[in-house]
Amino acid sequence: MTTAPQNTSAQHSRSDVAGNGPLLEVKDLHVEFRTKHGVAQAINGLNFTLEAGETLAILGESGSGKSVTAQTIMGILDMPPGHIAGGEIRYRGQDLLAMKPEQRRRLRGVSISMIFQDALSSLNPVLPVGWQIAEMFRVHQKMRRRPARQRAIELMRRVGIPAAERRVGDYPHQFSGGMRQRIMIAMAIALNPDVLIADEPTTALDVTVQAQVMRLLKELQTENNMGLILITHDLGVVADVADKIAVMYAGRVMEAADVYDIYARPGHPYTQGLLESLPRIDAAGERLNAIPGLPPSLTDMPPGCPFSPRCPYATDLCRSELPGLLPIVAEHTSACHFRDDMYRGRLQTPEEAQA
Amino acid sequence: MTGYIIRRLLQFIPVVIVATLIVYAMVFLMPGDPIRALSGDRPMSEQVQDRLREQYNLNDPFLIQYGKYMWGVFTQGDFGTTFQGRPVLDIIQQGLPVTLTLAAVAFCFQAIIGAIAGILAAVYKDSFIDRFVQVSLVVAVALPTLAIAFLLQLTFGLNLGWFPIAGTRDGMVSYILPGIVLAAVSTGIVARMLRSELIEALQSDYVRTATAKGMKRSRVVTRHGLRNSLIPVVTFLGADLATMMGGAIVVESVFNMPGLGGQVFRSIQAQENTIVVGIVTLMVLFYVVVNLLVDLLYAVLDPRIRYE
Repeated sequence: MTTAPQNTSAQHSRSDVAGNGPLLEVKDLHVEFRTKHGVAQAINGLNFTLEAGETLAILGESGSGKSVTAQTIMGILDMPPGHIAGGEIRYRGQDLLAMKPEQRRRLRGVSISMIFQDALSSLNPVLPVGWQIAEMFRVHQKMRRRPARQRAIELMRRVGIPAAERRVGDYPHQFSGGMRQRIMIAMAIALNPDVLIADEPTTALDVTVQAQVMRLLKELQTENNMGLILITHDLGVVADVADKIAVMYAGRVMEAADVYDIYARPGHPYTQGLLESLPRIDAAGERLNAIPGLPPSLTDMPPGCPFSPRCPYATDLCRSELPGLLPIVAEHTSACHFRDDMYRGRLQTPEEAQA
Repeated sequence: MTGYIIRRLLQFIPVVIVATLIVYAMVFLMPGDPIRALSGDRPMSEQVQDRLREQYNLNDPFLIQYGKYMWGVFTQGDFGTTFQGRPVLDIIQQGLPVTLTLAAVAFCFQAIIGAIAGILAAVYKDSFIDRFVQVSLVVAVALPTLAIAFLLQLTFGLNLGWFPIAGTRDGMVSYILPGIVLAAVSTGIVARMLRSELIEALQSDYVRTATAKGMKRSRVVTRHGLRNSLIPVVTFLGADLATMMGGAIVVESVFNMPGLGGQVFRSIQAQENTIVVGIVTLMVLFYVVVNLLVDLLYAVLDPRIRYE
């Protein structure tokens, strides 16, 4: 009885933006931060698409623009200092960036929702968790207090919180880290969104709990046929759950491909560097291969390829000309001048070439 | 919780003893002989003087005097009598409603105006509204209370004639100007405190979550931001309500109101020790009770605090 009205209203809100095209499409997105110390270019021409039921992992180190991407899609970027300098974000063909704020708000949490890294600080400390989940139904579906609370209990049960009826009135600090993240997830999937963005959902958790939370996300995705954007810096998490990977560096996608292909044959020196820096159990006792140097300052981008200062294969061409994100084979794209050689394992450093 | 309240109530005992002892000692040590002051220039026989001293326990050592007085207060509600023979309780009962009304008006003023100003300044941070609120609050805090009082009396009392400038004969209207004066400084503090707390809360992760949940801005501010920022403000308001009794001394004197504050002021001048001690004891009790209530309210507002 409680599910019937919920479904119709969810359908209704979705038909508002019914359109053609992929579930979510980001085209040539540029985001800057305008501060007193200059303009930081956080995202420089980002492109990707996401289909229903698909998991896209956005991989990158700190400062590569992963979280800014997520916040821009959600429309929760602090503006100012943030500023969208160009591009489109299309949800079922409709440009989110061209929408009126009120229209956009109605999509937030309903069609596109998000979970954050630190569930403790992301949940309101002075409100019971059940209240915070029920708020989704109360606000977006005008549901009354009791049925909304009942739905909150059902959701808590669904995400695996033991004794949900008893714990619905508890506060965030009374839960463990894993349980808190489950509550965040319950809140985010409450209205069966089409797109779920998970910004480092397991980074703050124990390894054993990480696996449980990832499994839960995967289950829910299959159940609701959601498009999932998984933002992470953890290659291990990605390999398990992602269908596609986009590797970000300095606000750009460096390489995008099917998950198996990218692990087997990286088409960009940066991806290769990331894979080599993973600790390996079969190489015990050896030094970890870290990528030397630091990412470029966003206020002072080098001309040419942003990775060129750290790249062992960099040539003069790399230092002067920015490579585009172009296909090597179908569905595997790379922003490297030497993408083909890289992909086929034939790329040599300038020193090797000379020798 | 009950255990906590009982323990807190037990803690009252030493607080009340120390506070009243200090007041009693100060009054006791004040120079001059109250009996001689009472008789003034008229001659008074030694016999009468002795009898009066006996009646007011003035011959006893300090601690005995104090003990007898406190015994009276807490066993019979007897706050003593004045040298004119009038029960101090009578005077308190007459002045208390005036002071409580004044404090209530001032409290409402600082809570409501302070909160509105603070919320507007935080939500429209760095805008004209924010600057205007900030400047007016600095003025309210920086001006001496007396200056604000005279300014308001002159403008709204004499020139515009909107409010009476002295006494309490016109009912609630006569409490408005004194209430504003008594509240001025705290209004500024409340607004600035709430502004900075709310700005911080609005930048927090849980407010970002609320926005990501698709909540309207107004709901994000009131349900999620404000709820957290109120905690320190409520603490301040509670502590401030308790100290208002002291502020009433100045304001009641300036506006010539027959409250306890003005009464204390006159009694100190007249060396009417029993009145001073009686009223101050009452103020101390008021202070500790309000403080306990604030601490309990704190636990209601912030579920992370639990008293066991």
